[in-house]
Amino acid sequence: MADAVDAHLVADHLHLWRGQRHVLRGLYVEARAGEFIHLKGANGTGKTSLLRTLAGFLWPEEGEIRWCGQPVGQDRDGYAVAMAYLGHENALKGDLTALENLHYATNLRHATPQSAQRAVLERLGVAAQADLPTRVLSAGQKRRVAMARVLLSRATLWLLDEPFTNLDTQGVTDLAALVAEHTRQGGIALVTSHAAIALAEGQVRELVLA
Amino acid sequence: MILATTAPLRAAGLVLRRDLALAFRRWEQVTHPVVFFLMVATLFPLALNPKPSLLADVAAGVVWVSALLSSMLALETLYRADVEDGTLEQLTLTGQPLALLLLAKTVAHWILSGLPLVLAAPVVAIAFGADAAANAVLMTAIALGTAVLSLIGSVGAALTLGSRRGSVLLSLLVLPLIMPVLIFGARATALAMHGESAEGPLWLLGALLILALTLTPFASAAAVRISLE
Repeated sequence: MADAVDAHLVADHLHLWRGQRHVLRGLYVEARAGEFIHLKGANGTGKTSLLRTLAGFLWPEEGEIRWCGQPVGQDRDGYAVAMAYLGHENALKGDLTALENLHYATNLRHATPQSAQRAVLERLGVAAQADLPTRVLSAGQKRRVAMARVLLSRATLWLLDEPFTNLDTQGVTDLAALVAEHTRQGGIALVTSHAAIALAEGQVRELVLA
Repeated sequence: MILATTAPLRAAGLVLRRDLALAFRRWEQVTHPVVFFLMVATLFPLALNPKPSLLADVAAGVVWVSALLSSMLALETLYRADVEDGTLEQLTLTGQPLALLLLAKTVAHWILSGLPLVLAAPVVAIAFGADAAANAVLMTAIALGTAVLSLIGSVGAALTLGSRRGSVLLSLLVLPLIMPVLIFGARATALAMHGESAEGPLWLLGALLILALTLTPFASAAAVRISLE
């Protein structure tokens, strides 16, 4: 899943304006392979803006983002492949089944056999819904299918915006464990969440935006 | 570093197949442009003097105006759903050339909104009493014209993604740019219906298509990236 030994993300003194609001004020974030960063902060402090900037959707007015030492603007496609982004929207098509959604999403990056897709759905507890159109799934189940896409992405850097939304208590614990496993294997995860992440002390680094 | 291992053309094929698969699960969306086209075209004889000679004279114009309006209407749906559910965002993060993926989406859109018009146009033309010998030219011209419209429209649709009421803006952006298509398309059709050679305007339509094919995907990709901000 994550084989980049030098995986290393630096957001170097980012300044971001959204209209009249100065959202990120010289923010410096550094994430090394194996780090699980929990982004915290009240509503409107720029957690989503930070993730969207790191994902390359927003361009900071000042500062730069470096991936493995290189500014991401130099190799956008290479950076995009090393990164998986889960936004507020699940990016699922309601008329396609969970498996079809995964098929079209993951094969755009690399060939993924259907057995692997089923296995990941099984791990996330939605194997029984694999062949149902996702519009009939519950909100939590949709979130799990969306998370399956991240797991199948083979990306090193995971940017997850409120991944625990709509998940049940067990789902939150399981997902936190999955992300922790990813970081243990050398991945990097930046996760925004209002809830505390139930993991042992020292596994998660908290970063509070104000 | 891991790179995307799916070949760009295969990725484009996946996008095309996904959009077609989605459309076939929502039939009403696919039939909408062609139903609109047939409705508008049927209204003309009712509003005008239903004299056969007059109808045959206006056939080319009516077919073209109805066809362009109906494919303009369909343009709005090109990216809208993908923006709302976040799939367009994910499309920009695949590491594949975005211009190619958007071109695939546009081709799918043309198959769903333009191709039905190509097939319906001769029916309307014959109903208006136009000479059936002109049908080959009419279908070629409509095919080229709707393809150019889809391509130019994809840029317009991408640019208006961010605005709440994009549809009026979209028409304002796209209409002036497709005037040449309407002029040459209607001209080719009218020439063919009068039994004359329509080669000139058809070549011009073909040239417009090549121009649109080579330029618009890059413009669409840039516009999508801006609109996602």
